[in-house]
Amino acid sequence: MTNAMELYQMLPKTNCKKCGKASCMAFAVALMGRELKPEDCPPLKEEPKYKENYEKLSSLFKPSEGTTETGLIVHEDLCFGCGNCVVACPPNVANDPYGVGSGNAPTNANKLVLAVENGIVKAQNLGECRRFGKNKTLCNGCIVTCPVEAIEFV
Amino acid sequence: MEKNYHVCTGCGLLCDDIEVEAEKNIINKVLTACRIGVAHMKEGKGEAIFRVDNKPVDEAVAISEAATILKNAKNPLIFGLGASTNETQKIAIELAKKINATLDDTSSFCLGSLVEAIIREKIKTCTLDEVRNKADVIIFWGTDPSDSHPRHLSKYSYFPRGKEKQRGWEEERTAIAVDVRKSHTAKICGNYFFQIPPKGDAEFIDALIAGLSGKLPKTSYNYPPKKILELANILKGAKFGVIFAGRGLVNSLENLEPIFRLMKALNEKANFHLMPMVGSCNTMGFNENLFAETGYVNSVKFENGTVLHGPEYSIVESLKAKTVDAALIIGSDPFSILPGSIVKNLLEIPVVSIDSYETLTSRNSKVYINTAVSGVEAGGTATRMDRKKVSFEPFIETNHPSEETILKKIMEAL
Ligand code: SF4
Ligand code: SF4
Ligand code: SF4
Ligand code: SF4
Repeated sequence: MTNAMELYQMLPKTNCKKCGKASCMAFAVALMGRELKPEDCPPLKEEPKYKENYEKLSSLFKPSEGTTETGLIVHEDLCFGCGNCVVACPPNVANDPYGVGSGNAPTNANKLVLAVENGIVKAQNLGECRRFGKNKTLCNGCIVTCPVEAIEFV
Repeated sequence: MEKNYHVCTGCGLLCDDIEVEAEKNIINKVLTACRIGVAHMKEGKGEAIFRVDNKPVDEAVAISEAATILKNAKNPLIFGLGASTNETQKIAIELAKKINATLDDTSSFCLGSLVEAIIREKIKTCTLDEVRNKADVIIFWGTDPSDSHPRHLSKYSYFPRGKEKQRGWEEERTAIAVDVRKSHTAKICGNYFFQIPPKGDAEFIDALIAGLSGKLPKTSYNYPPKKILELANILKGAKFGVIFAGRGLVNSLENLEPIFRLMKALNEKANFHLMPMVGSCNTMGFNENLFAETGYVNSVKFENGTVLHGPEYSIVESLKAKTVDAALIIGSDPFSILPGSIVKNLLEIPVVSIDSYETLTSRNSKVYINTAVSGVEAGGTATRMDRKKVSFEPFIETNHPSEETILKKIMEAL
């Protein structure tokens, strides 16, 4: 969607460090990684001159309808619950090797990113998804294993 | 806490790891089952339905009418039973004997011949659990499990970790699709999708056999020899290979000889198994039960203690030739699975439909008895596509009688 540079352009660019980061650029990177939110920059939130940029940034990071924090969307009309993505998702395998990792029912539901409920896959615990956080990777385990392109990242 | 898993009877995979949350007999949540399975489980309905000539009646009237129809028929047809429990199937076989019926199921126009070869141990087969634990080369031939058995790839054949397959599907398994169209399963197989023309299977098999022994693979449709050789090389290296064979393959062949040839050639170079992609949850059970009783898997006619067998006793041929004069259809909908030109002959004879769902057949029948859904509202055992017996308990209470109860009552009424 956006890169850190574009986000930086919308910040106060004063490097005041009130956000706890060393610079506005560092803050922009943290925003990208979903570590911090726009409201974590006090000047941006409080000063009227940044109002427009603040709203723009907020809307950028407000999860839109149906989108999760990592941008993962499940097209529920397409998904038929085959579970390929559930079994192939690397953190699912790591967190539940003998349950979903072996093709079976979940035994560690609280740690799973993907699980099938009522015949449709549900995304949850997105903190575990490899596309989340500072060390995110462009994991595509759930995309290449889906027969019907029901999972998409925006 | 030990979880209470249920069995899904939505297809021949009989997934045994389904969690169901139900309250007051209403299913609120189903975990892990695919969409087909969930739809199958939630097909709940209200009052039990018994109909004669499209008018509601009570159970006793429906049973006695059904018995009368069967008693008056000279050659009744009993058909279906693919979603019935083993217990129900055995009663149906007894019933067929008692009334000198023709008995058949969908396998006569699907995978019956291949299933029979498996039962007779003419082809090396294996279990789904072995596939999960060991398979390194998996071929989907003329079948699209992603549509018909949605959890096939995720639960057994491609994606799961298994005992000897700990490093995951990308590294340790190769999935291959051979089909006439790019199915959903073929899409997953990526570069290992081999698209052949309709009826091109036998030639492709022979080309592949040539490739396996290093000869130049030729087909009349000029399939690129390089691709076939590449495939042959992958197959040669299989430590535990498996072919999942579907209707697409079996129906394109005159007989099973090409499959026998291919399995022989593969097992000279590697280690290969074959499993028919049996569709309904207990078609395998029906074929086994009938085989145990008669030595045939379908298309039989009982006659005063003897058994006749042949294509003329299949549903298609017996309807075409109008040799049957009444039909008892159990858990199947010939009106939607057979060509209209054949099935129209069913309209000329009295039909008794026993089904847990309203279907085109139930609407066109003289007697309709609405039964409990096996695996949801009624318990029993079924036989998975790899011949493993799976037993299940009902988890929803119902006032609908089970198929087993109804068949027993019809037997008594005769
Ligand atoms: S608080 Fe805002 S203005 Fe200050 S350094 Fe952080 S991002 Fe820049
Ligand atoms: S992107 Fe990777 S980690 Fe995230 S849900 Fe998909 S498969 Fe799992
Ligand atoms: S792989 Fe696709 S169809 Fe299958 S459960 Fe995941 S999103 Fe749904
Ligand atoms: S794959 Fe078949 S048995 Fe398994 S949940 Fe789906 S319909 Fe039920």
